[in-house]
Amino acid sequence: MIGIIEYGAGNIRSVSNALNRLSVQHFISNEHRKLNKADKLIFPGVGEARSAMDALTRVGLTDWLKEVSVPFLGICLGMQLLFDRTTERSTNCLGLLTGTNERFNSKQSVLKVPHMGWNQVQHEGNYSLFAGIATGEHFYFVHSYYAPLVSATIGTTEYGVRFTSALQQKNYYGVQFHPEKSGRIGLQLLKNFVELC
Amino acid sequence: MLTKRIIPCLDVKDGRTVKGTNFLQLRDAGDPVELAARYSDEGADELVFLDISATLEGRKTFLQMVERVAAALQIPFTVGGGISTVNDVSCALEAGADKVSLNSAALARPSFIDEASKCVGSQSVVVAIDVKRMNDSWTVWTKAGTEPTGRDALLWADEVFQRGAGELLVTSMDRDGTTAGYDVELLRTLSNRISIPLIASGGAGTHEHVRDAILLGKADAVLAASIFHYNKISISELKSFLHNNNIPVRL
Repeated sequence: MIGIIEYGAGNIRSVSNALNRLSVQHFISNEHRKLNKADKLIFPGVGEARSAMDALTRVGLTDWLKEVSVPFLGICLGMQLLFDRTTERSTNCLGLLTGTNERFNSKQSVLKVPHMGWNQVQHEGNYSLFAGIATGEHFYFVHSYYAPLVSATIGTTEYGVRFTSALQQKNYYGVQFHPEKSGRIGLQLLKNFVELC
Repeated sequence: MLTKRIIPCLDVKDGRTVKGTNFLQLRDAGDPVELAARYSDEGADELVFLDISATLEGRKTFLQMVERVAAALQIPFTVGGGISTVNDVSCALEAGADKVSLNSAALARPSFIDEASKCVGSQSVVVAIDVKRMNDSWTVWTKAGTEPTGRDALLWADEVFQRGAGELLVTSMDRDGTTAGYDVELLRTLSNRISIPLIASGGAGTHEHVRDAILLGKADAVLAASIFHYNKISISELKSFLHNNNIPVRL
């Protein structure tokens, strides 16, 4: 049973719809007592980092999130919040990974921000998250801040800079793109998380 | 590399897809969810659904359609048409849409853009601008292109960006439905001016028109309706053509 973490800052419905398509049983909750019963957790996130951290504090999930022992998948902002901090309103995040998320720079280049649309994810090595997914496949991205390259990085994407688009540290997985909105390939990645991670 | 997006647009009235020429003369083009699924299979990168229903009943039907689309498809989609309050924005996103497109309500009350982007984030707020050439300038029209606002399109685009829109959808009313090609000059002027993604709309008739909107107009995405609905152009063929012209697309 997959638990989807609801804290008012995620596109919960899309993730739930995608799991329905895969016929994967799941529930949505913001209570850690209930979420503790899940075999795996998905942590979606859309929007702004400070509000998301505030919302997590309000529902009392901040400390709990740092001590999850089951496979955990952070999506988009849900991945970025795993880092120390973000320059988005100078927000301290969960601190499971060392590094700071920064904003794409639209001033020094011709970059449009947000980075919006389908971009390629490069990955090397034998990661279960990418089983059956070729390197260079396209996934759907929507974000204005990006995560740095770190030792946990397992997938990268180029947009003005090369940034972390997928990561894994122990049981914590994260993807910057939206697998729930990335068509057939995105569904494959979610299936991999459910079945292989 | 970030690819250029191909976005079919579906105008929906009382639960059916319609497409007019020059904002008038509606013709029926089928069930929106069925059409959407076909486009997704053919390689559409995103979809836009515009609700042009005039009645409350029509609007309810539209939200139900949004839920059906979200359940049936795994690609992003935007909904627009008559969205005028933050509550409308929330309802559309809760029904499963990824973005909302604001138009007349933003013109009537520009701070609506600030409110919407604060509430759901800039990435989910598209502002649509209907533009008509008047002598040497471009002016913005409102209420589905029926009333001039007197606003200059370039200045309005600046304001829309500053107020927190995440994307700009620009329709050339002079070209819409004509299949005579996008207004490349308008697109290029806007794209050079603002630093959020620009979606080109109005006038697509051939593969070359789409190529020109991207290469000459510097559009980040192209939207079209009639050429896709009536099978004049298939999305997969269009994408192959763009790929052969060295434009990055998701094949």
